Amino acid sequence: MAELLQVTGLCKSYPAAGPWFRRRRAVAVDDVSLSVARGRTLGLVGESGSGKSTLGRCILGLTRPERGSVLFDGTEVQDLSGKARSEFRRRVQPVFQDPWGSLDPRWPVGRSVREALDCFGIGTPRDRAARVRDLFDRVGLDPALAHRRPDTLSGGQRQRVAIAAALASEPDLIIADEPVSALDMSVQAQILNLFMDLQSDLGVAAIFITHDLGVVEHVSDAVAVMYRGRLVETGDTDQVMGAPRHDYTRTLLAAIPRPRHLA
Amino acid sequence: MSAAVEIRARRGRRNPALIVGLALLGLLGGIAVFAPYLAPFDPESYDIQQIMGAPSWTHPFGSDVLGRDVMSRIFHGLRVSLLVSLSAVAASLLVAVPLGLLAGYFGSWVDSAISRFLDMILVLPAMLLAITFIAILGPGSAVAALAIAVIYLPILARVMRTSTLVVTRNDYVLGARARGASHLRVIVGHVAPNALGPVIVQASVLSAFAMQLEAGLSFLGLGTQPPTPSLGGMLSDGRDVLTVAPWVEIFPGLAIMAAVLAFTFIGAGLREAFDPAGVSE
Repeated sequence: MAELLQVTGLCKSYPAAGPWFRRRRAVAVDDVSLSVARGRTLGLVGESGSGKSTLGRCILGLTRPERGSVLFDGTEVQDLSGKARSEFRRRVQPVFQDPWGSLDPRWPVGRSVREALDCFGIGTPRDRAARVRDLFDRVGLDPALAHRRPDTLSGGQRQRVAIAAALASEPDLIIADEPVSALDMSVQAQILNLFMDLQSDLGVAAIFITHDLGVVEHVSDAVAVMYRGRLVETGDTDQVMGAPRHDYTRTLLAAIPRPRHLA
Repeated sequence: MSAAVEIRARRGRRNPALIVGLALLGLLGGIAVFAPYLAPFDPESYDIQQIMGAPSWTHPFGSDVLGRDVMSRIFHGLRVSLLVSLSAVAASLLVAVPLGLLAGYFGSWVDSAISRFLDMILVLPAMLLAITFIAILGPGSAVAALAIAVIYLPILARVMRTSTLVVTRNDYVLGARARGASHLRVIVGHVAPNALGPVIVQASVLSAFAMQLEAGLSFLGLGTQPPTPSLGGMLSDGRDVLTVAPWVEIFPGLAIMAAVLAFTFIGAGLREAFDPAGVSE
Protein backbone atom coordinates (compact mmCIF):
# COMPACT_ATOMS: atom_id res chain seq x y z
CA MET A 1 0.00 0.00 0.00
CA ALA A 2 1.38 3.38 -0.96
CA GLU A 3 -0.39 5.28 1.78
CA LEU A 4 1.59 5.91 4.96
CA LEU A 5 -1.52 6.61 6.99
CA GLN A 6 -5.00 5.37 6.28
CA VAL A 7 -7.84 6.42 8.57
CA THR A 8 -11.20 4.73 7.98
CA GLY A 9 -14.57 5.48 9.60
CA LEU A 10 -13.09 6.97 12.76
CA CYS A 11 -15.55 7.97 15.52
CA LYS A 12 -14.87 9.52 18.91
CA SER A 13 -17.23 11.12 21.42
CA TYR A 14 -16.88 12.47 24.93
CA PRO A 15 -19.39 12.31 27.78
CA ALA A 16 -21.21 15.64 27.94
CA ALA A 17 -22.39 17.26 31.15
CA GLY A 18 -25.77 16.29 32.56
CA PRO A 19 -27.42 13.87 34.98
CA TRP A 20 -26.24 10.29 34.49
CA PHE A 21 -29.63 8.92 33.38
CA ARG A 22 -29.81 11.12 30.34
CA ARG A 23 -26.21 11.97 29.72
CA ARG A 24 -25.54 12.58 26.08
CA ARG A 25 -22.21 12.15 24.42
CA ALA A 26 -20.67 15.01 22.52
CA VAL A 27 -19.51 13.70 19.19
CA ALA A 28 -16.07 15.08 18.38
CA VAL A 29 -15.17 12.96 15.35
CA ASP A 30 -17.90 11.37 13.25
CA ASP A 31 -17.03 8.76 10.64
CA VAL A 32 -13.87 10.36 9.31
CA SER A 33 -11.79 8.71 6.60
CA LEU A 34 -8.61 10.16 5.14
CA SER A 35 -5.17 9.15 3.99
CA VAL A 36 -1.68 10.61 3.79
CA ALA A 37 1.00 9.40 1.38
CA ARG A 38 4.68 9.27 2.28
CA GLY A 39 6.35 12.67 2.30
CA ARG A 40 3.09 14.48 1.55
CA THR A 41 1.29 17.09 3.62
CA LEU A 42 -2.40 17.05 4.39
CA GLY A 43 -3.96 20.25 5.62
CA LEU A 44 -6.79 19.54 8.06
CA VAL A 45 -8.98 22.62 8.29
CA GLY A 46 -11.95 23.50 10.43
CA GLU A 47 -13.20 25.97 13.02
CA SER A 48 -12.45 25.44 16.69
CA GLY A 49 -14.52 22.61 18.13
CA SER A 50 -14.80 20.87 14.78
CA GLY A 51 -12.92 17.84 16.08
CA LYS A 52 -9.65 18.29 14.27
CA SER A 53 -7.48 18.14 17.41
CA THR A 54 -9.31 15.03 18.65
CA LEU A 55 -8.69 13.41 15.28
CA GLY A 56 -5.01 14.29 15.62
CA ARG A 57 -4.83 12.69 19.05
CA CYS A 58 -6.54 9.53 17.83
CA ILE A 59 -3.98 9.22 15.05
CA LEU A 60 -1.14 9.75 17.54
CA GLY A 61 -2.54 6.89 19.60
CA LEU A 62 -2.99 9.19 22.62
CA THR A 63 -6.78 8.88 22.58
CA ARG A 64 -8.66 5.71 21.81
CA PRO A 65 -11.35 6.05 19.13
CA GLU A 66 -14.67 4.23 19.61
CA ARG A 67 -14.94 2.95 16.09
CA GLY A 68 -12.94 2.93 12.91
CA SER A 69 -9.39 2.05 12.11
CA VAL A 70 -6.08 3.85 11.88
CA LEU A 71 -3.62 2.03 9.66
CA PHE A 72 -0.05 3.25 9.84
CA ASP A 73 2.24 1.71 7.25
CA GLY A 74 -0.30 -1.05 6.84
CA THR A 75 -0.65 -1.92 10.56
CA GLU A 76 -3.62 -1.21 12.81
CA VAL A 77 -2.42 1.30 15.42
CA GLN A 78 -4.94 0.31 18.10
CA ASP A 79 -3.69 -3.28 18.18
CA LEU A 80 -0.06 -2.33 18.78
CA SER A 81 1.60 -3.15 22.08
CA GLY A 82 5.03 -3.31 23.61
CA LYS A 83 7.92 -2.81 21.19
CA ALA A 84 5.71 -2.28 18.14
CA ARG A 85 3.78 0.46 19.91
CA SER A 86 6.98 2.17 20.95
CA GLU A 87 8.27 1.98 17.37
CA PHE A 88 4.99 3.51 16.14
CA ARG A 89 5.38 6.31 18.69
CA ARG A 90 8.89 6.96 17.42
CA ARG A 91 7.63 7.28 13.85
CA VAL A 92 4.66 9.58 14.51
CA GLN A 93 5.41 12.77 16.42
CA PRO A 94 3.29 15.76 17.46
CA VAL A 95 3.93 19.49 17.36
CA PHE A 96 1.44 21.39 19.49
CA GLN A 97 -0.15 24.77 19.15
CA ASP A 98 0.93 26.55 22.24
CA PRO A 99 4.70 26.80 22.61
CA TRP A 100 4.06 27.90 26.21
CA GLY A 101 2.37 24.63 27.11
CA SER A 102 4.30 22.18 24.99
CA LEU A 103 7.64 22.53 26.81
CA ASP A 104 8.10 21.63 30.48
CA PRO A 105 8.78 24.98 32.19
CA ARG A 106 11.26 23.33 34.58
CA TRP A 107 13.34 21.60 31.95
CA PRO A 108 16.15 23.20 29.99
CA VAL A 109 14.91 23.12 26.39
CA GLY A 110 17.81 20.88 25.33
CA ARG A 111 16.50 18.22 27.68
CA SER A 112 13.04 18.44 26.08
CA VAL A 113 14.61 17.88 22.65
CA ARG A 114 16.62 14.99 24.05
CA GLU A 115 13.63 13.35 25.74
CA ALA A 116 12.64 11.22 22.75
CA LEU A 117 16.24 10.04 22.28
CA ASP A 118 16.40 8.96 25.93
CA CYS A 119 12.99 7.31 25.99
CA PHE A 120 13.41 5.43 22.71
CA GLY A 121 17.01 4.57 23.57
CA ILE A 122 18.42 6.08 20.38
CA GLY A 123 22.23 6.20 20.28
CA THR A 124 24.75 6.40 23.12
CA PRO A 125 24.57 9.30 25.58
CA ARG A 126 27.40 11.00 23.70
CA ASP A 127 25.59 10.61 20.35
CA ARG A 128 22.48 12.09 21.88
CA ALA A 129 24.24 15.27 22.97
CA ALA A 130 25.65 15.67 19.47
CA ARG A 131 22.25 14.97 17.94
CA VAL A 132 20.62 17.64 20.09
CA ARG A 133 23.19 20.17 18.82
CA ASP A 134 22.47 19.08 15.24
CA LEU A 135 18.74 19.47 15.76
CA PHE A 136 19.18 22.97 17.17
CA ASP A 137 21.20 23.84 14.07
CA ARG A 138 18.58 22.34 11.80
CA VAL A 139 15.76 24.45 13.20
CA GLY A 140 17.90 27.57 13.12
CA LEU A 141 18.63 27.91 16.82
CA ASP A 142 21.95 28.56 18.53
CA PRO A 143 22.84 25.28 20.34
CA ALA A 144 23.93 27.42 23.28
CA LEU A 145 20.22 28.02 23.96
CA ALA A 146 19.86 24.36 24.94
CA HIS A 147 20.63 25.20 28.56
CA ARG A 148 17.94 27.88 28.80
CA ARG A 149 14.49 27.36 30.23
CA PRO A 150 11.45 27.96 27.99
CA ASP A 151 10.42 31.15 29.81
CA THR A 152 13.62 32.85 28.63
CA LEU A 153 12.87 32.15 24.95
CA SER A 154 10.52 33.91 22.53
CA GLY A 155 7.41 32.21 21.12
CA GLY A 156 9.10 31.60 17.78
CA GLN A 157 12.19 30.13 19.45
CA ARG A 158 10.04 27.84 21.55
CA GLN A 159 8.16 26.60 18.54
CA ARG A 160 11.50 25.88 16.85
CA VAL A 161 12.47 23.88 19.94
CA ALA A 162 9.15 22.00 19.76
CA ILE A 163 9.81 21.16 16.10
CA ALA A 164 13.35 20.01 16.96
CA ALA A 165 11.88 17.77 19.70
CA ALA A 166 9.42 16.27 17.22
CA LEU A 167 12.19 15.61 14.69
CA ALA A 168 14.54 14.03 17.25
CA SER A 169 13.30 10.48 16.74
CA GLU A 170 13.39 10.79 12.92
CA PRO A 171 9.65 10.32 12.46
CA ASP A 172 7.89 9.51 9.19
CA LEU A 173 4.79 11.51 10.07
CA ILE A 174 4.40 14.73 12.02
CA ILE A 175 1.04 15.84 13.33
CA ALA A 176 1.21 19.58 13.76
CA ASP A 177 -1.80 20.91 15.68
CA GLU A 178 -2.13 24.65 14.95
CA PRO A 179 1.65 25.06 15.14
CA VAL A 180 1.67 28.72 14.16
CA SER A 181 -1.61 30.16 15.34
CA ALA A 182 -0.17 31.33 18.67
CA LEU A 183 2.61 33.27 16.93
CA ASP A 184 2.92 36.74 15.42
CA MET A 185 2.33 37.01 11.68
CA SER A 186 6.00 37.59 10.80
CA VAL A 187 7.11 34.69 12.99
CA GLN A 188 4.36 32.50 11.51
CA ALA A 189 5.89 32.88 8.05
CA GLN A 190 9.36 31.97 9.36
CA ILE A 191 8.10 28.86 11.13
CA LEU A 192 6.02 27.77 8.12
CA ASN A 193 9.04 28.16 5.82
CA LEU A 194 11.22 26.23 8.27
CA PHE A 195 8.57 23.52 8.37
CA MET A 196 8.46 23.20 4.60
CA ASP A 197 12.26 23.25 4.26
CA LEU A 198 12.58 20.48 6.82
CA GLN A 199 9.88 18.46 5.11
CA SER A 200 11.53 18.64 1.73
CA ASP A 201 14.96 17.88 3.27
CA LEU A 202 13.84 14.97 5.40
CA GLY A 203 10.91 13.65 3.39
CA VAL A 204 8.60 13.64 6.43
CA ALA A 205 4.86 13.41 5.84
CA ALA A 206 2.67 15.75 7.85
CA ILE A 207 -0.86 16.47 8.90
CA PHE A 208 -1.14 20.18 9.38
CA ILE A 209 -4.12 21.00 11.57
CA THR A 210 -5.28 24.60 11.34
CA HIS A 211 -8.29 26.87 11.19
CA ASP A 212 -6.58 29.05 8.62
CA LEU A 213 -7.01 28.12 4.95
CA GLY A 214 -4.36 30.66 4.05
CA VAL A 215 -1.78 28.62 5.95
CA VAL A 216 -3.00 25.41 4.31
CA GLU A 217 -2.68 26.90 0.85
CA HIS A 218 0.95 27.67 1.71
CA VAL A 219 2.07 24.30 3.04
CA SER A 220 -0.12 21.40 1.99
CA ASP A 221 -0.54 19.13 -1.02
CA ALA A 222 -4.04 18.06 -0.09
CA VAL A 223 -6.79 19.54 2.07
CA ALA A 224 -9.46 17.97 4.26
CA VAL A 225 -12.16 20.28 5.59
CA MET A 226 -13.87 19.32 8.86
CA TYR A 227 -17.15 20.68 10.09
CA ARG A 228 -18.84 19.51 13.29
CA GLY A 229 -16.83 16.31 13.43
CA ARG A 230 -17.40 15.33 9.82
CA LEU A 231 -15.21 15.66 6.77
CA VAL A 232 -17.16 17.79 4.33
CA GLU A 233 -14.61 18.07 1.57
CA THR A 234 -11.28 16.53 0.62
CA GLY A 235 -9.05 16.95 -2.39
CA ASP A 236 -5.87 18.43 -3.75
CA THR A 237 -5.14 21.89 -2.42
CA ASP A 238 -5.52 23.61 -5.80
CA GLN A 239 -8.79 21.90 -6.47
CA VAL A 240 -10.34 22.68 -3.08
CA MET A 241 -9.08 26.24 -3.01
CA GLY A 242 -9.93 26.88 -6.68
CA ALA A 243 -13.30 25.21 -6.91
CA PRO A 244 -14.74 24.45 -3.47
CA ARG A 245 -17.77 22.21 -3.64
CA HIS A 246 -19.10 22.54 -0.11
CA ASP A 247 -20.74 25.70 1.24
CA TYR A 248 -18.70 25.56 4.40
CA THR A 249 -15.41 25.53 2.45
CA ARG A 250 -16.62 28.57 0.51
CA THR A 251 -17.35 30.36 3.78
CA LEU A 252 -13.87 29.54 5.07
CA LEU A 253 -12.30 30.71 1.84
CA ALA A 254 -14.21 33.95 1.95
CA ALA A 255 -12.79 34.54 5.44
CA ILE A 256 -9.18 34.72 4.20
CA PRO A 257 -8.19 38.38 4.12
CA ARG A 258 -6.77 39.29 0.69
CA PRO A 259 -5.60 42.63 -0.70
CA ARG A 260 -8.42 44.01 -2.83
CA HIS A 261 -6.40 44.65 -5.99
CA LEU A 262 -5.51 40.96 -6.20
CA ALA A 263 -9.02 39.66 -5.75
CA MET B 1 13.38 22.01 52.12
CA SER B 2 15.87 22.51 49.30
CA ALA B 3 13.06 23.96 47.21
CA ALA B 4 12.31 26.39 50.01
CA VAL B 5 15.95 27.40 50.19
CA GLU B 6 16.06 27.97 46.44
CA ILE B 7 12.94 30.11 46.59
CA ARG B 8 14.38 32.10 49.45
CA ALA B 9 17.49 32.81 47.44
CA ARG B 10 15.46 33.91 44.45
CA ARG B 11 12.73 35.92 46.06
CA GLY B 12 14.11 36.53 49.52
CA ARG B 13 14.10 40.27 49.36
CA ARG B 14 10.48 40.50 48.30
CA ASN B 15 9.24 37.83 50.68
CA PRO B 16 9.60 39.02 54.27
CA ALA B 17 6.97 36.57 55.55
CA LEU B 18 9.07 33.61 54.44
CA ILE B 19 12.25 35.05 56.00
CA VAL B 20 10.59 35.83 59.34
CA GLY B 21 8.94 32.39 59.38
CA LEU B 22 12.11 30.50 58.54
CA ALA B 23 14.13 32.51 61.08
CA LEU B 24 11.58 31.83 63.81
CA LEU B 25 11.34 28.15 62.93
CA GLY B 26 15.13 27.96 62.80
CA LEU B 27 15.33 29.40 66.31
CA LEU B 28 12.65 27.06 67.70
CA GLY B 29 14.07 24.08 65.79
CA GLY B 30 17.55 24.86 67.10
CA ILE B 31 16.21 24.98 70.66
CA ALA B 32 14.37 21.68 70.10
CA VAL B 33 17.37 19.88 68.63
CA PHE B 34 19.84 21.11 71.25
CA ALA B 35 17.39 21.06 74.17
CA PRO B 36 19.53 18.67 76.29
CA TYR B 37 22.48 21.07 76.04
CA LEU B 38 20.55 24.34 76.25
CA ALA B 39 18.19 23.48 79.09
CA PRO B 40 19.65 24.66 82.41
CA PHE B 41 17.88 21.94 84.44
CA ASP B 42 16.60 18.40 84.03
CA PRO B 43 12.98 18.89 82.81
CA GLU B 44 11.69 16.05 84.96
CA SER B 45 13.52 16.65 88.27
CA TYR B 46 11.60 18.20 91.17
CA ASP B 47 12.84 20.92 93.48
CA ILE B 48 10.58 21.28 96.53
CA GLN B 49 12.17 24.65 97.37
CA GLN B 50 11.02 26.00 94.02
CA ILE B 51 7.35 24.98 93.88
CA MET B 52 5.59 27.64 91.79
CA GLY B 53 8.69 29.81 92.04
CA ALA B 54 8.37 33.13 90.23
CA PRO B 55 10.66 33.91 87.28
CA SER B 56 14.17 34.71 88.53
CA TRP B 57 17.76 34.74 87.19
CA THR B 58 18.16 31.00 87.84
CA HIS B 59 14.64 30.12 86.61
CA PRO B 60 13.89 32.76 83.91
CA PHE B 61 10.40 31.36 83.21
CA GLY B 62 9.74 30.36 86.80
CA SER B 63 8.98 26.85 87.98
CA ASP B 64 5.80 24.78 88.05
CA VAL B 65 3.62 23.11 90.70
CA LEU B 66 6.20 20.36 91.22
CA GLY B 67 9.12 22.80 91.25
CA ARG B 68 10.35 21.87 87.77
CA ASP B 69 12.10 24.53 85.70
CA VAL B 70 9.54 25.84 83.16
CA MET B 71 12.17 26.95 80.63
CA SER B 72 13.84 23.54 80.57
CA ARG B 73 10.47 21.89 80.16
CA ILE B 74 9.53 24.21 77.29
CA PHE B 75 12.82 23.41 75.53
CA HIS B 76 12.17 19.69 75.80
CA GLY B 77 8.47 20.14 75.11
CA LEU B 78 9.23 21.94 71.86
CA ARG B 79 11.32 18.95 70.87
CA VAL B 80 8.39 16.56 71.35
CA SER B 81 5.75 18.87 69.84
CA LEU B 82 7.77 19.74 66.74
CA LEU B 83 8.77 16.13 66.21
CA VAL B 84 5.16 14.91 66.50
CA SER B 85 3.66 17.58 64.23
CA LEU B 86 6.40 17.53 61.60
CA SER B 87 6.57 13.75 61.37
CA ALA B 88 2.76 13.66 61.18
CA VAL B 89 2.75 16.08 58.23
CA ALA B 90 5.67 14.27 56.56
CA ALA B 91 3.96 10.88 56.91
CA SER B 92 0.74 12.34 55.54
CA LEU B 93 2.57 13.84 52.55
CA LEU B 94 4.28 10.53 51.85
CA VAL B 95 0.89 8.90 51.24
CA ALA B 96 -1.07 11.92 49.98
CA VAL B 97 1.30 12.93 47.18
CA PRO B 98 1.27 9.55 45.37
CA LEU B 99 -2.50 9.19 45.85
CA GLY B 100 -3.16 12.69 44.50
CA LEU B 101 -0.82 12.10 41.56
CA LEU B 102 -2.50 8.81 40.64
CA ALA B 103 -6.02 10.25 40.96
CA GLY B 104 -5.25 13.40 39.00
CA TYR B 105 -3.12 11.79 36.31
CA PHE B 106 -5.14 8.70 35.46
CA GLY B 107 -8.62 10.07 36.18
CA SER B 108 -11.64 7.82 35.48
CA TRP B 109 -12.10 4.92 37.92
CA VAL B 110 -8.72 5.37 39.60
CA ASP B 111 -9.74 8.91 40.50
CA SER B 112 -13.21 7.82 41.65
CA ALA B 113 -11.81 5.07 43.88
CA ILE B 114 -9.19 7.28 45.50
CA SER B 115 -11.50 10.28 45.87
CA ARG B 116 -14.29 8.25 47.51
CA PHE B 117 -11.75 6.71 49.91
CA LEU B 118 -10.54 10.20 50.86
CA ASP B 119 -14.14 11.42 51.29
CA MET B 120 -14.67 8.63 53.81
CA ILE B 121 -11.93 10.07 56.00
CA LEU B 122 -12.94 13.65 55.34
CA VAL B 123 -16.53 13.27 56.62
CA LEU B 124 -15.29 12.37 60.10
CA PRO B 125 -14.64 15.33 62.41
CA ALA B 126 -10.89 15.71 63.04
CA MET B 127 -10.99 15.51 66.83
CA LEU B 128 -13.36 12.52 66.79
CA LEU B 129 -11.04 10.70 64.41
CA ALA B 130 -8.04 11.42 66.64
CA ILE B 131 -9.85 10.26 69.78
CA THR B 132 -10.98 7.08 68.01
CA PHE B 133 -7.39 6.25 67.15
CA ILE B 134 -6.31 6.89 70.72
CA ALA B 135 -9.20 4.82 72.08
CA ILE B 136 -8.03 1.88 69.96
CA LEU B 137 -4.25 2.24 70.19
CA GLY B 138 -3.92 3.97 73.57
CA PRO B 139 -2.56 7.48 74.24
CA GLY B 140 0.95 8.53 73.30
CA SER B 141 3.05 10.76 71.03
CA ALA B 142 3.29 8.25 68.20
CA VAL B 143 -0.47 7.62 68.16
CA ALA B 144 -1.11 11.38 68.18
CA ALA B 145 1.22 11.73 65.18
CA LEU B 146 -0.56 8.90 63.37
CA ALA B 147 -3.97 10.44 64.07
CA ILE B 148 -2.83 13.83 62.76
CA ALA B 149 -1.36 12.19 59.66
CA VAL B 150 -4.66 10.44 58.89
CA ILE B 151 -6.66 13.64 59.47
CA TYR B 152 -4.45 15.50 56.98
CA LEU B 153 -4.32 12.76 54.37
CA PRO B 154 -7.51 13.71 52.47
CA ILE B 155 -6.74 17.44 52.64
CA LEU B 156 -3.24 17.09 51.22
CA ALA B 157 -4.22 14.43 48.68
CA ARG B 158 -7.01 16.64 47.33
CA VAL B 159 -4.69 19.59 46.86
CA MET B 160 -2.22 17.30 45.09
CA ARG B 161 -4.99 15.88 42.91
CA THR B 162 -6.18 19.34 41.87
CA SER B 163 -2.75 20.62 40.90
CA THR B 164 -2.03 17.32 39.12
CA LEU B 165 -5.21 17.78 37.08
CA VAL B 166 -4.06 21.24 36.05
CA VAL B 167 -0.52 20.14 35.16
CA THR B 168 -1.64 16.99 33.31
CA ARG B 169 -3.63 19.14 30.90
CA ASN B 170 -0.42 20.67 29.56
CA ASP B 171 0.72 19.61 26.12
CA TYR B 172 4.18 18.69 27.39
CA VAL B 173 2.61 15.78 29.28
CA LEU B 174 0.89 14.51 26.14
CA GLY B 175 4.05 15.26 24.18
CA ALA B 176 6.18 13.22 26.57
CA ARG B 177 3.89 10.23 26.03
CA ALA B 178 4.30 10.67 22.28
CA ARG B 179 8.07 10.85 22.76
CA GLY B 180 7.92 7.37 24.22
CA ALA B 181 7.99 8.17 27.95
CA SER B 182 6.24 5.64 30.20
CA HIS B 183 3.48 6.78 32.58
CA LEU B 184 5.91 6.48 35.49
CA ARG B 185 8.49 8.57 33.67
CA VAL B 186 5.92 11.24 32.80
CA ILE B 187 4.63 11.39 36.38
CA VAL B 188 8.05 11.52 38.02
CA GLY B 189 9.74 13.70 35.39
CA HIS B 190 7.03 16.16 34.40
CA VAL B 191 3.87 16.02 36.50
CA ALA B 192 5.17 15.72 40.06
CA PRO B 193 7.79 18.50 39.91
CA ASN B 194 5.29 20.92 38.34
CA ALA B 195 2.41 19.98 40.64
CA LEU B 196 4.17 19.92 44.03
CA GLY B 197 4.08 23.67 44.77
CA PRO B 198 0.54 23.98 46.18
CA VAL B 199 0.83 20.86 48.36
CA ILE B 200 4.07 22.14 49.90
CA VAL B 201 2.30 25.39 50.74
CA GLN B 202 -0.63 23.49 52.19
CA ALA B 203 1.68 21.24 54.21
CA SER B 204 3.41 24.19 55.84
CA VAL B 205 0.07 25.77 56.71
CA LEU B 206 -1.15 22.46 58.15
CA SER B 207 2.03 22.15 60.22
CA ALA B 208 0.77 25.14 62.18
CA PHE B 209 -2.53 23.37 62.84
CA ALA B 210 -0.64 20.16 63.65
CA MET B 211 1.15 22.01 66.47
CA GLN B 212 -2.22 23.07 67.84
CA LEU B 213 -3.75 19.62 67.42
CA GLU B 214 -0.82 17.97 69.18
CA ALA B 215 -1.04 20.52 71.97
CA GLY B 216 -4.80 19.95 72.18
CA LEU B 217 -4.45 16.18 72.41
CA SER B 218 -1.72 16.44 75.04
CA PHE B 219 -3.80 18.98 76.96
CA LEU B 220 -6.60 16.41 77.09
CA GLY B 221 -4.08 13.80 78.24
CA LEU B 222 -4.43 11.85 74.98
CA GLY B 223 -1.12 12.77 73.37
CA THR B 224 2.30 12.87 74.95
CA GLN B 225 2.16 11.26 78.37
CA PRO B 226 3.62 12.74 81.58
CA PRO B 227 6.26 13.02 82.89
CA THR B 228 7.63 13.64 79.35
CA PRO B 229 7.19 17.38 78.88
CA SER B 230 4.97 18.59 76.05
CA LEU B 231 3.63 22.08 75.44
CA GLY B 232 0.00 20.95 75.57
CA GLY B 233 0.59 18.98 78.75
CA MET B 234 2.20 22.02 80.36
CA LEU B 235 -0.87 24.11 79.54
CA SER B 236 -2.94 21.50 81.29
CA ASP B 237 -0.65 21.61 84.39
CA GLY B 238 -0.75 25.39 84.51
CA ARG B 239 -4.51 25.72 84.21
CA ASP B 240 -5.14 25.02 87.94
CA VAL B 241 -2.64 27.62 89.13
CA LEU B 242 -3.38 30.29 86.56
CA THR B 243 -4.17 32.93 89.20
CA VAL B 244 -1.30 32.18 91.60
CA ALA B 245 1.49 31.23 89.17
CA PRO B 246 0.51 32.49 85.71
CA TRP B 247 4.03 31.87 84.33
CA VAL B 248 3.38 28.12 84.38
CA GLU B 249 0.64 28.74 81.80
CA ILE B 250 1.86 31.79 79.91
CA PHE B 251 5.30 30.63 78.74
CA PRO B 252 4.23 27.30 77.19
CA GLY B 253 1.35 29.18 75.56
CA LEU B 254 3.78 31.69 74.06
CA ALA B 255 5.95 28.83 72.78
CA ILE B 256 2.97 27.25 70.99
CA MET B 257 2.04 30.62 69.60
CA ALA B 258 5.57 31.20 68.29
CA ALA B 259 5.65 27.81 66.56
CA VAL B 260 2.21 28.29 65.00
CA LEU B 261 3.23 31.76 63.88
CA ALA B 262 6.44 30.43 62.32
CA PHE B 263 4.59 27.82 60.24
CA THR B 264 1.89 30.31 59.28
CA PHE B 265 4.46 32.83 58.08
CA ILE B 266 6.30 30.13 56.13
CA GLY B 267 3.02 29.00 54.59
CA ALA B 268 2.13 32.54 53.55
CA GLY B 269 5.62 33.13 52.19
CA LEU B 270 5.66 29.88 50.23
CA ARG B 271 2.22 30.59 48.85
CA GLU B 272 3.44 33.86 47.45
CA ALA B 273 6.44 32.14 45.87
CA PHE B 274 4.98 28.82 44.74
CA ASP B 275 1.31 29.20 44.28
CA PRO B 276 0.30 32.76 43.48
CA ALA B 277 -2.91 31.47 41.90
CA GLY B 278 -4.01 29.99 45.22
CA VAL B 279 -4.73 26.36 44.27
CA SER B 280 -3.94 25.27 47.83
CA GLU B 281 -6.61 27.51 49.38
